[in-house]
Amino acid sequence: MNILVFAENQNGKFPKSALEAVSFAAAWAKSVGGSCTAITHGQIDASVLGNYGCNRVLHLASLAAADGEQITALVIAAAEKSAANTIVLSHDTTGKSAAPRIAVRWNAGIVSGATAIPHGTTVKKNVFSGKAIAHVNITSEKQVVTVLPNAYGVHATGAPCAVEAFEVSVPAARVVVKEVKLESAEGIPLPEADKVVSAGRGMKGPENWGIIEELAKELGAATACSRPVSDIGWRPHHEHVGQTGIAIRPNLYIAVGISGAIQHLAGVNGSQVIVVINKDPEAPFFKAADYGIVGDAFEVVPQLIAAAKAFNATK
Amino acid sequence: MKLLVCISKAPDTTSKIAFANGNTSFDEAGVTFIVNPYDEWYALVRALELKEAQGGSVTVISVGGSDYEQIIRKALAIGADDAVRIDAPETDALSVAKHIADYAKEQGFDLILTGKETINYNGSIVPGMLAELLSFPYVTLASKLHVNGNVATCEREIAGGVEVLEVTLPAVISAAKGMAEQRIPNMKGIMSARTKPLQVITPVAFAANTSVQNFEMPPAKSACKFIAPEQAADLIQLLHTEAKVI
Ligand SMILES: Cc1cc2nc3c(=O)[nH]c(=O)nc-3n(C[C@H](O)[C@H](O)[C@H](O)COP(=O)(O)OP(=O)(O)OC[C@H]3O[C@@H](n4cnc5c(N)ncnc54)[C@H](O)[C@@H]3O)c2cc1C
Ligand SMILES: Nc1ncnc2c1ncn2[C@@H]1O[C@H](COP(=O)(O)O)[C@@H](O)[C@H]1O
Repeated sequence: MNILVFAENQNGKFPKSALEAVSFAAAWAKSVGGSCTAITHGQIDASVLGNYGCNRVLHLASLAAADGEQITALVIAAAEKSAANTIVLSHDTTGKSAAPRIAVRWNAGIVSGATAIPHGTTVKKNVFSGKAIAHVNITSEKQVVTVLPNAYGVHATGAPCAVEAFEVSVPAARVVVKEVKLESAEGIPLPEADKVVSAGRGMKGPENWGIIEELAKELGAATACSRPVSDIGWRPHHEHVGQTGIAIRPNLYIAVGISGAIQHLAGVNGSQVIVVINKDPEAPFFKAADYGIVGDAFEVVPQLIAAAKAFNATK
Repeated sequence: MKLLVCISKAPDTTSKIAFANGNTSFDEAGVTFIVNPYDEWYALVRALELKEAQGGSVTVISVGGSDYEQIIRKALAIGADDAVRIDAPETDALSVAKHIADYAKEQGFDLILTGKETINYNGSIVPGMLAELLSFPYVTLASKLHVNGNVATCEREIAGGVEVLEVTLPAVISAAKGMAEQRIPNMKGIMSARTKPLQVITPVAFAANTSVQNFEMPPAKSACKFIAPEQAADLIQLLHTEAKVI
């Protein structure tokens, strides 16, 4: 079984989700004795992809930012060139726009959001917004699998490898990026963060977020919030996690003044370790927590900041 | 503007998730079904707003059995003009997309709106397949949508901000949070929904490429370890030495 994996170039950088997709594809190919080829595009040092275990890298340097149809054309051409019968992408925005097209054009079965290396033709994925797991069989000869961000992780098991220039003509983009508006260029993007400090309505008002940001900064964490908090405009929308916001799977999720409604949990219950700080001992979030502090956020969080500062000083 | 909104059926967000038949199917006992929130709150409401501002019609379409009619009536009560139900099982994303594409290709829709994903299967696959089958451009996860003539301008959330995207209609656009505000149907809407047209189409079957083998529940969490508030500082050490996450 030969695998082709797509690694997205985001402004000259491989995002964590791309490196996870390559790590996943390389380990999968290895487990079945196949080869793994990566395809990427644009101005970037593509040889580093070898670090994540692929055997070969194809590179279309002339194609900068690309829409889903362009990536579809690029990926299918590269799969044919590398005699792959399996295509892997990340289940990120780019993967979501290209993978379904690839599956139709290739007449391949597709499973999106895989969380583990498949066994045979069975792929494991989260369903019901993380409340259950499904094992899905792909019955077609060719297959497309997308990898859930923050589930498999980045595994640097290889070494830089040779990059082959790859040429293919792709159609013009029909979805055109007109403008990029960044609210904050600094800080860690939430979907990629290993650690997240999140707060809810228990914080009483946006003026009290200083301690949340400070704790996040000391821990090297991104900040997030519950839905009502972004709905009332205390925090930007892109921080909203949960069933209707974004789903995250950090190693550490600290929830301050969040009750733990089932719709909130749906976006965070994949986190490895959950810490809950809430003044109500009956808050449902404690049932999903690994560590809990029943107390007032305005007293507890400053102590955590001081302890984190002391901890950082000993590192 | 002729708009099509794809709506799927999902268990109410507070439903207990359990499985039946040797963990091969979702246990529907005691479960209330709703319109998938992304499809209703964002895609459908935005389609209605566009129609109200610019004229046209909003059709909703579902692929599924007669148990779908309750959620279709809900969409009609919120304000859709008419509905189509393709009477076929939801075998997999490809078969669903093919059924919708088969219906839509003859109808001259300007814009097809879907949710970003179903909250039960979490696929994010159907709209992209639909776009491919119809040769339409596809904007994934739009959180804002404006239409001016035959150009749609969308916003999409990216790390740290938003990007503004432009696409020429006809197109498929999947809706994420932010595109519109939820609408509660009023009495008049509920009454008129009963008489709005609901066409049922019996299609030819399509072969599926995937099938669920079985479901399982995630491993149970071990009990929460409580730390006294005055000892809060201990947490940082525990996260380092015990949980090994910092
Ligand atoms: C279909 C649907 C989808 C939804 N999707 C989402 C979603 O994606 N994400 C989401 O978050 N929600 C979602 N919700 C809303 C969800 O049901 C809850 O209403 C919401 O998560 C509650 O937010 P909260 O915990 O911040 O506020 P609250 O429920 O008001 O909880 C505040 C908490 O803070 C605690 N508190 C108060 N003061 C202090 C203090 N001084 N110190 C410490 N603790 C304190 C309280 O004990 C309480 O537990 C959805 C709802 C529906 C119906
Ligand atoms: N059975 C269905 N009938 C109509 N639309 C559907 C159906 N299944 C999925 N969709 C649409 O496709 C979107 C994405 O679904 P999915 O790919 O399953 O996550 C949903 O939000 C719906 O808008």
